[in-house]
Amino acid sequence: MPKLKPPVRTPHIDMTPMVDLFSVLLIFLLLTASFRPQEATVIKSPNSVSEKQAPDKDIMTIIVNKDGKIFFNLDNGKDSAKHTRVDVLTEMGKQYNVKFTPKELNDFGHWASFGMPMADFKKWLNSKDSKEKEGLQTGIPTDSVGTQPSELFFWVRFSRLANPNAEVAIKGDGETNYKKVKVVMDLLQENKVNKFNLVTNLEKQEVTLKDLPK
Amino acid sequence: MAEIIVQEKGKKGGKRRPKKQSTRIDMTPMVDLMCLLITFFMLTTAFSKPKVMVITMPEKKTEKEPEVKIAGWRTLNILLTGDDLVYYYVGEAKPPLPALVKSDFSKDGIRKVLLEKNKDLFRQITEYRDKRVSGKLIVADTTAESAIKKMKKNDMKGPIVLIKADDKAKYKDIVNIIDEMSICNIASYAVVDILPVELGMLKTAPK
Repeated sequence: MPKLKPPVRTPHIDMTPMVDLFSVLLIFLLLTASFRPQEATVIKSPNSVSEKQAPDKDIMTIIVNKDGKIFFNLDNGKDSAKHTRVDVLTEMGKQYNVKFTPKELNDFGHWASFGMPMADFKKWLNSKDSKEKEGLQTGIPTDSVGTQPSELFFWVRFSRLANPNAEVAIKGDGETNYKKVKVVMDLLQENKVNKFNLVTNLEKQEVTLKDLPK
Repeated sequence: MAEIIVQEKGKKGGKRRPKKQSTRIDMTPMVDLMCLLITFFMLTTAFSKPKVMVITMPEKKTEKEPEVKIAGWRTLNILLTGDDLVYYYVGEAKPPLPALVKSDFSKDGIRKVLLEKNKDLFRQITEYRDKRVSGKLIVADTTAESAIKKMKKNDMKGPIVLIKADDKAKYKDIVNIIDEMSICNIASYAVVDILPVELGMLKTAPK
């Protein structure tokens, strides 16, 4: 008797539920996502119990890294028709006699944090090489030149003028010397900013009545 | 997502129908692509937004104003000098100089001191919060916040903490100590400049 051969069929898995699931996931991610901006430097924020969330709009961030280098970031504000970053850079250009082309200004509008003296700014904007770009980020000077206030002072000043609603956040590395942060705080206070948001990581700590010393 | 399997078994005879094509679509490439996209989004998105700690500094005044007198016994001076060390003393730095007490950021360190000094207010606020958690008291968040604020304002016994940092202090020390303030519900605290006398005191402080 010849062997009965079952018809050879390729096993076919029904992919429809899988595709459904993936679509749902993808849509969920797309809707909830806020892109992680490319930061100019690596910061390890200290921990705190604060649960207040940082606003994602109308905020200017001053980043102080481990070596005390200072970086600056600001967003375009809630009103998408306004180009706060472009306005601020235009003002800075006027202050330091640097002429920016419309393309350079536009490019700057999309970048995240930066930190270099105004002298290197044009070079940084036009640099295509990311290594070179990184090398140019030497931090924004905080020393005043003669009677003229420092560059960071003007960044804060023009940002405040361009977007009066902007809050100020200080994002410092835990290992940064406090002296450096103090310089930034003093400078902000000169700009009539007395309320700072210190960026921290959440770390729960429970203290109850039982912990009270008798 | 049509998934109709039409098995055309060749039937001999009868009407010859146009050969039906299977409507099954191979979804594997689509799944591959979606997998890739999901992985990409997972890696590039920031899920947890950074948290912030709000601190309000006293306004800088250019002209000299008469200094506000605060009760000496209520003032708790905290000196930060890096190395995870905290020194504190009560009262004013006037001769005879008060002795610095060494402490740290651990649970039994500076927190114990602050809780001891802030006992009444801490108990008041914690009991209020517990009541809300257990459901005995149902109020809106804003009401609770202003109630706690009021408690802090009416507190007349708790310490007034002055936080001072020298040049060796790290940024995280400042954050930690301000954090302790909110953990212990301290009503009034401020970050102020360190006095030269205190720098001298730190030099002779126990290591």
